[in-house]
Amino acid sequence: MIPEIGQIALIIALGVMLLQSTLPLIGAHYGYRSWVGLARPAARIQTLFVAIAFVCLLWAFLVDDFSVLYVANNSNTLLPILYKVSAVWGGHEGSLLLWALVLSVWTFFVSIYSRSMPDLVVARVLAVLGLVSVGFMLFMMLTSNPFDRAFPVPLEGRDLNPLLQDPGLAYHPPMLYVGYVGFAVPFAFAIAAMLGGKLDASWARWSRPWTNIAWMSLTLGIALGSWWAYYELGWGGWWFWDPVENASFLPWLVGTALMHSLAVTEKRGTFKAWTVLLAIFAFSLSLLGTFLVRSGVLTSVHAFASDPSRGVFILAFLVFVVGTSLTLYAFRAGQIRSHASFDLVSRENGLLLNNVLLVVAAASVLLGTLYPLVLDSLNLGKISVGPPYFNAVFVPLMVPLGILMGFGVLSRWKQDSLPRLLMKLRSSMVVSIVGAFALILLFAPFFSWLAVMGMVLAIWILSSLLVSLREQVQGGRRLLSVPRGYWGMFLGHLGVAVFTVGVTLTSMYSTERDISLTEGQSHELAGYTFTLLGLEEVMGPNYIATRGNVEVLNSAGRLETMLYPEKRDYFSTTMPMTEAGIDAGVTRDLFVALGEPLGNNAWAVRLYHKPFIRWIWFGALIMAIGATLAATDKRYLVMARKSAQAPAAGGVQPA
Amino acid sequence: MRAIRKKRLALIFLMVSGVGIAVGLVLMALNENINHFYDPSAIKAGEAPLDRNFRVGGMVVEGSVSRQEGLLEVSFDLTDFTEAVTVRYDGILPDLFREGQGIVAMGMLGGDGIFVAQEVLAKHDEEYMPPEVFEALQRAELARQQQL
Repeated sequence: MIPEIGQIALIIALGVMLLQSTLPLIGAHYGYRSWVGLARPAARIQTLFVAIAFVCLLWAFLVDDFSVLYVANNSNTLLPILYKVSAVWGGHEGSLLLWALVLSVWTFFVSIYSRSMPDLVVARVLAVLGLVSVGFMLFMMLTSNPFDRAFPVPLEGRDLNPLLQDPGLAYHPPMLYVGYVGFAVPFAFAIAAMLGGKLDASWARWSRPWTNIAWMSLTLGIALGSWWAYYELGWGGWWFWDPVENASFLPWLVGTALMHSLAVTEKRGTFKAWTVLLAIFAFSLSLLGTFLVRSGVLTSVHAFASDPSRGVFILAFLVFVVGTSLTLYAFRAGQIRSHASFDLVSRENGLLLNNVLLVVAAASVLLGTLYPLVLDSLNLGKISVGPPYFNAVFVPLMVPLGILMGFGVLSRWKQDSLPRLLMKLRSSMVVSIVGAFALILLFAPFFSWLAVMGMVLAIWILSSLLVSLREQVQGGRRLLSVPRGYWGMFLGHLGVAVFTVGVTLTSMYSTERDISLTEGQSHELAGYTFTLLGLEEVMGPNYIATRGNVEVLNSAGRLETMLYPEKRDYFSTTMPMTEAGIDAGVTRDLFVALGEPLGNNAWAVRLYHKPFIRWIWFGALIMAIGATLAATDKRYLVMARKSAQAPAAGGVQPA
Repeated sequence: MRAIRKKRLALIFLMVSGVGIAVGLVLMALNENINHFYDPSAIKAGEAPLDRNFRVGGMVVEGSVSRQEGLLEVSFDLTDFTEAVTVRYDGILPDLFREGQGIVAMGMLGGDGIFVAQEVLAKHDEEYMPPEVFEALQRAELARQQQL
């Protein structure tokens, strides 16, 4: 009964979405006020019904309703509650429902927090979001319905894939989807603005907080995924340049460019056409990511068994979205004019350079990701592009970006001079070069030019931020009265500095070793002595595990920590699962994982010493906090309040 | 006017050369870091290179996994059901590695015809078959049928 309610809710939601995506558009074009007014209620009603459908599926999981095929394939009576909840999006059908729900929730929020915008614009934005919803709902209902029934009803479910029985599944996909799907909002704003023919500073101002929040979620989602891949053995570590990882990174890179170019459009009224294009690209790359991950066309360590025919639908949808928006762009771009002029050395040009670097970086990652697919579809052979390609291309592009960042935060709009900037940043340059050499020479196990370069960049970014903060508080301004927008920028860039430290030191100074250990045997790694004290059997709720007791002594011979890696055998499958034992720390992580028994009482054991790896995710967290602060800047709130006091100003006019 | 034009020109020149350098870097890096895929039949036919990394995929032959007691080093055979190639690996095998399972290994072919793997790839899913392995099996199947 409950699954039928879910099914019906989906159908009703689709119907309401169809209204939401057509009537307001027509109404906005011909000036039918009542049709324009339909956008908001329709958006809210469809959200309600998608949420009902989602709750129905969740219910089916919680009560072990194996008459639903999707539940039977992805759950089991023994599965702990947390995993029953996250199993809702653990498979293909459910993750699409989550996608649809996230899009609806975004749409809902746009319908709530849009009082400052003219009704016509809101109608168009919600209609475009409605069109995207319709596409996804059709995809879900035609190719991968989560409420399909199983006949005969199995007595027991096949269980959630053990690799996914991890808290990571609870938070990584939802966060990532909020980010992915969030780029639909600036996309809808851009399309709406082009339809209305009015691309001005207010359009950029409306888009900015939404873009920031989407970017914030995507940043956190990627960081959480990176953390998960790090502690799961065999997923290639914190970043592997795997196609599925790249699929989430591409919209992030273009989204970062979009955030910066929106700043120029809002403050200076230029870069309009470029910003629109970036908004289209960011969302298109989100769709491309969905296609790559969900179609199974890629060879990836993160790939799941899936049905290729489904991929064709998303591909067609992607082509439709990109095709129509670029056609619209081609017609409208000529009318988008920017009037402001600026000097060669100016914040505008700095941000332009930032955009060029980020977009070129995104393009090179895209090339490396799609190249194997293109060659394969032309029957030119099966190839794969390995991490060395991405490192060789990506790192040289990020170094100038880091240098630019230091100048950028201090540069002035419209006109600046290089001597002035160099003068301001004199001490930063000295501090970053001397500091980096000193730190590496004094504390690092060995000297490396790459490590010095990474540290120079990190200290350079940090010290230039401090110089700019001093400028902000000059003239007696208190720290607390510095606007949130500035703090957003400060933390965003500070996060990059922290992240750079983490990436540099982890990549240069990590030690990893696969060895064979018998009980009582020790191995030394990076000054720590790991001893396998013993092995014991432990019972979990739906598995039985072999647990290793590993003692770690530091170089002084004192006990550093005890680690308990596990090898689990789940009852429902024949596949064993490795749970690493990790001791996390600010300056280093110690990591032990059990491989397999090698005979003669020996076990294969993997040992890691990873210096500063936490800084990678901590940096991402700081960036995300920065984006949130920037999105809640006073001027957006003032904008919302002002219009709340003067409702329905302007009225509806035919466009 | 002239000054503005000069500046614009300088900017355009800067960007074009920047993009040019980037494209050069990209193509060079791409050229050096492509890993080709060969199935066991192709390796036996001598099509695979000896001096660079590539990937090989197939099913792990039942009973072929062997190691010296207590040592990490392991060797196993990969087959497309027409030919087989022996793979040697010194490291921890992924959880999904089992006899009869389709896997992909990356590494270099030695002069003795033994493939020395640096990496054996694991997947998230028991039923997942790497697309290359699937196609290699199909190709081999087709070849066998034509012979009959």
